Amino acid sequence: MNELLKQLTEAVGVSGDEKEIRLLIRDLIADQVADWRVDALGNLIARKPGTGESSLRVLVDAHMDEVGLMITDVDSNGTLQFETVGGFDDRALLGKVVQVGSKKLPGVIGARPIHLLKPGQRQEIVKVEAMRIDIGAKNKDEAAGKVKIGDRAAFITEYEELADTAVGKAFDNRAGCAALIELLRAEPYPFDLYASFTVQEEVGLRGAQVVAYDIAPDAALILECTPAYDLPNEKDVSPNVALGRGPSIYVMDAGTIQDPRLVSHITRTAAAEQIPFQIRQPGGGGTNTAAIQKTGPGVPAATIAVPGRYAHTPTMMISLADYHNVVKLADAALRRLTPELLQH
Amino acid sequence: MDIVPLLKRLSETASPSGYETAVAEVIREQWQPLVDEITIDRVGSLIALKRGQGKEPANGRRPRLLLAAHMDEIGLMVHQLVAHPDEEGYGFLRLSNLGGVDTRHLYGQLVTVHTSRAAARPLTGVIGALPGSLQPKGRQGKPYGYEDLVVDVGLPYEQLQALVAVGDVISFRQPLRELLNGRVSGKALDNRASVAAVTVCLDYLQGRRHNWDLLAVATAQEETALLGGFTSGHAQRPDAAIAIDVTFAKGPGTNDAVSFELDGGPALGLGPNIHPGMLQTLRDAAAALEMKVNTDPHSRHSGTDAYGLQVARAGIPTAVVSIPLRYMHTMVETVVAADIERVGRLLGEFAARLQTDFVEKLTAGMMDDV
Repeated sequence: MNELLKQLTEAVGVSGDEKEIRLLIRDLIADQVADWRVDALGNLIARKPGTGESSLRVLVDAHMDEVGLMITDVDSNGTLQFETVGGFDDRALLGKVVQVGSKKLPGVIGARPIHLLKPGQRQEIVKVEAMRIDIGAKNKDEAAGKVKIGDRAAFITEYEELADTAVGKAFDNRAGCAALIELLRAEPYPFDLYASFTVQEEVGLRGAQVVAYDIAPDAALILECTPAYDLPNEKDVSPNVALGRGPSIYVMDAGTIQDPRLVSHITRTAAAEQIPFQIRQPGGGGTNTAAIQKTGPGVPAATIAVPGRYAHTPTMMISLADYHNVVKLADAALRRLTPELLQH
Repeated sequence: MDIVPLLKRLSETASPSGYETAVAEVIREQWQPLVDEITIDRVGSLIALKRGQGKEPANGRRPRLLLAAHMDEIGLMVHQLVAHPDEEGYGFLRLSNLGGVDTRHLYGQLVTVHTSRAAARPLTGVIGALPGSLQPKGRQGKPYGYEDLVVDVGLPYEQLQALVAVGDVISFRQPLRELLNGRVSGKALDNRASVAAVTVCLDYLQGRRHNWDLLAVATAQEETALLGGFTSGHAQRPDAAIAIDVTFAKGPGTNDAVSFELDGGPALGLGPNIHPGMLQTLRDAAAALEMKVNTDPHSRHSGTDAYGLQVARAGIPTAVVSIPLRYMHTMVETVVAADIERVGRLLGEFAARLQTDFVEKLTAGMMDDV
């Protein structure tokens, strides 16, 4: 059992309310780094001293927030209205259990029973506005005593490993956080490594932008979990990657062209180290790279991601081999990174 | 009696319709110390007999009350194995429903695939689908259906083929969770809540004398065919029968005229499936317990085992007692332990009050002036 992935995915940290996951990661890295601090937005920034061979400033980033829900009102019957935080498919919410607020009250999202639906209604998506979280409160007063407007709610899934894969919530992006923690535990790199566990990626890459300004790195590597759409299908479903085919390397997405020098450095490293990899098909979506690369005078940046199926559901799935290869590839690419590589 | 731990075991045991062996074993273990005989019948229903007390009737046969609580749950079945992108790639399972599954709730659920292959252990899987923008045009903007959904156990197609066959049964997986106010939420509370209520009834009768024989039956295949209701009504020759099931509780999305407050007490069925004299006797028992009960009108089919029981052999006086439940046929069905306890106690009191000539009076009562 991968304890790091278990702890990180089971912890809660909905965008804008990342305290719990921030404290957990702080505890996990405090002994591995020279110093750590928390900035004005709540980003956790740590420095791992290098051997001094290289003067590069390198930032490795993984966002630590996850998508979730925010309580907006309490009905007279004690059930909770909510909005989504981050991108959601409304269809992922029915029949799910969530944990509400810092006390983690269990709540369930049900719906009108199928027996009472008119035939047409079975073919209608239930909208978030019509859903309620049921914590078992009898009335508004009782619920209001337990839950505050603005409390966040997150999915609740116990991490588990199947044959070669793992199932859990929030692999996007706790898989990236776990990989970054493993880098902090590795032997020193030739340069000081700045690690950022950033907030609010899911609501607009907000945390990464200020970290990049603050650190002003020469290069940045972003560790992510990217959606894998490798399901039976009738048409081209790009941008796509597949589980089990290795780390996915971004080339272009909705917000960026990834730094070509870094992309080729990463792919050459993978070939040299015999680490499998796949190029994520160009297309929509995006990562913190979009915020980091346009900060200050600009930062050469690239993304390595763990492919994950069923993003933004309580039951994501990743390949454990892919995860380990992301750690290996990121580690090797950092060790081989030289200032010359970044020259034009 | 501590209802929540019992309910937790019952709820978390996987036994979709037709495959009730696992839950039948759990129930047998619970009922064994409370009854005189226990067997499983030819269609898989669990039949427990608790003999009546007092003087044996002249004809040597005590009248028998049958309490039917179905033990099966809705689930899924493997419909097809699909390889992607080819047979070297991962394998996925296409699905059929087993009972009245609401597909709107399926995406993002954990399941167990019960493989029929010898020596293969059950597999954990998740229900996935392509996101909306990647669905074929005609499928966009609608709830995910069986055209879209797959079960993913994270195995390559070749290994999947060796482990899973078309027709293998899939159950939902959701731990029972305690909410506020004694409310609990989980899967299969339709109808394991009623199995728990019958257990409470058997427990109640340990300290209460009853003249009638009591048959506690955990019926099989209610969700698909009302099978155990029809067959146990025939095989056990009861003189009266009560189906115990769940009914719609008020809550988000459900505020219909015929729906009930959680913690509001038993809902007593009224309608063509229910003998009016049985209903009145239940009301009398509730009054004796000073227990509040509600009336649950079923204008036609009660949707319970009573439908089958009522027409077994030459006909049986039948009643329906229901536990209010939110979000029926989802993985977050929600009930209150107190309602289960009330239903159990009401059934026990009803059984204890039955006199030897109850059925004769009941039948005679049909001809009384109003």
